[in-house]
Amino acid sequence: MIAVIDYSVGNVKSVCNAFHHIGCEVELSRDPARIEKAAGLVLPGVAAFGYAMEALGSAAELVQQAAAAGKPILGICVGHQLLFDASCEYGPHAGLGLVKGQVVPVPPEQTVPHMGWNLVEMPEDMDLFAGLGPAKHFYFAHSFHVQVTDTQAKIAHTDYGFPLTASIQKANIYGVQFHPEKSGAQGLQVLRNFQEICRR
Amino acid sequence: MLTKRIIPCLDVKDNRVVKGVNFLNLRDAGDPVELGARYSDTGADELVFLDITATIRSRKTIVDMVKRVAENVFIPFTVGGGIRTIDQIDELLRSGAEKASVNTAAVRDPNLLAEAAQRFGNQCVVLAIDARRSKTRPGHWQVCVKAGSEPTDIDVVEWAAQGEQLGAGEILLTSMDADGTLAGYDNELNRAVSDAVNIPVIASGGAGTLDHLYDAVVVGGADAVLMASITHFGNYTIRQMKEYLRDRGLPMNL
Repeated sequence: MIAVIDYSVGNVKSVCNAFHHIGCEVELSRDPARIEKAAGLVLPGVAAFGYAMEALGSAAELVQQAAAAGKPILGICVGHQLLFDASCEYGPHAGLGLVKGQVVPVPPEQTVPHMGWNLVEMPEDMDLFAGLGPAKHFYFAHSFHVQVTDTQAKIAHTDYGFPLTASIQKANIYGVQFHPEKSGAQGLQVLRNFQEICRR
Repeated sequence: MLTKRIIPCLDVKDNRVVKGVNFLNLRDAGDPVELGARYSDTGADELVFLDITATIRSRKTIVDMVKRVAENVFIPFTVGGGIRTIDQIDELLRSGAEKASVNTAAVRDPNLLAEAAQRFGNQCVVLAIDARRSKTRPGHWQVCVKAGSEPTDIDVVEWAAQGEQLGAGEILLTSMDADGTLAGYDNELNRAVSDAVNIPVIASGGAGTLDHLYDAVVVGGADAVLMASITHFGNYTIRQMKEYLRDRGLPMNL
């Protein structure tokens, strides 16, 4: 079972629907016992960073403990940003600090938000992208992005006038700035790959 | 590079998808859940659902529909029509929608855009504008509210820019003059608005042929094209549209 952390924001329902669609058992929960039992955690997110962090509340510690225990964790969009140290969206906010880096605005020379389907170049050694080939389009919808400073993190980029971080992997921590649950067939494959990672 | 988006629009009335001409003479186009799943499966980049009756009675219906649509749609979708409060937006997002489109309520209370952006992030907030060419001021368009039935004195280009400032993440720009005519988008309108804002503009109203889609992007400066009649009634498949645009040099998700 994979636990989708329920923190009352955004599109938790869509993430669950997509996991159901690929035949993966998921539970929407913030119950410590269920999180403990889960083979992996998903941090979904459509929200402003500060609001999301506040809504996460006491569950933040559960996620940090699970991360330290080696449980696979997948952050999606704002959930991906929460994995990092801090964000400046609507004022300074601390994140979960699982991966070193800062969440900053997409530069105003680009159309903001970065919204739509963009081509992600996928390094072969990133487990989330197994079986997908060198590059595929994924759906993005965000105004902030992550500047990764963690030397242990593998990074997949997409071109948005600059190499924007589309996905990271650091040991058992996985993040995708795009929405796999809304990226058609290739997005569902990313979720299947995460399911596979959780089975190991 | 970001691709240009093809967005079928489902105008929903009494649980059915309908499509009219200039917002009138509605014709039945099918079941929203079935059509949504079909577009998701056949390569649409996104979907828009608009509750065009938007009465209190239809509110619960639309939330139920969003839940059922979301079970079979793995591309983003936007829901609009009659949204007045932050709580309603929250309910739609929790039901499976990615974005909420506001129109009349934002004109009445522009602060709704700011509150929604602060709470959900501006990528969730679509400002829908129904635009009609001004009869008294050539080269200008007036904002119409209440499903286009009520013209205001607000200038469309100014309102779009203000909407961006307040927190809208995207403009869904419908030309009431072109809507349903199949005669092409109002690209003068699209260009005026896309030049005035730095957020994506979705061109809506008037698509009838494949080159209309191309013109909306190249002439009108739109980031995405929305269509209803030409795809609901089977004139073109999503794939035909995308291949055509790709072959003319536009970046497409294919």
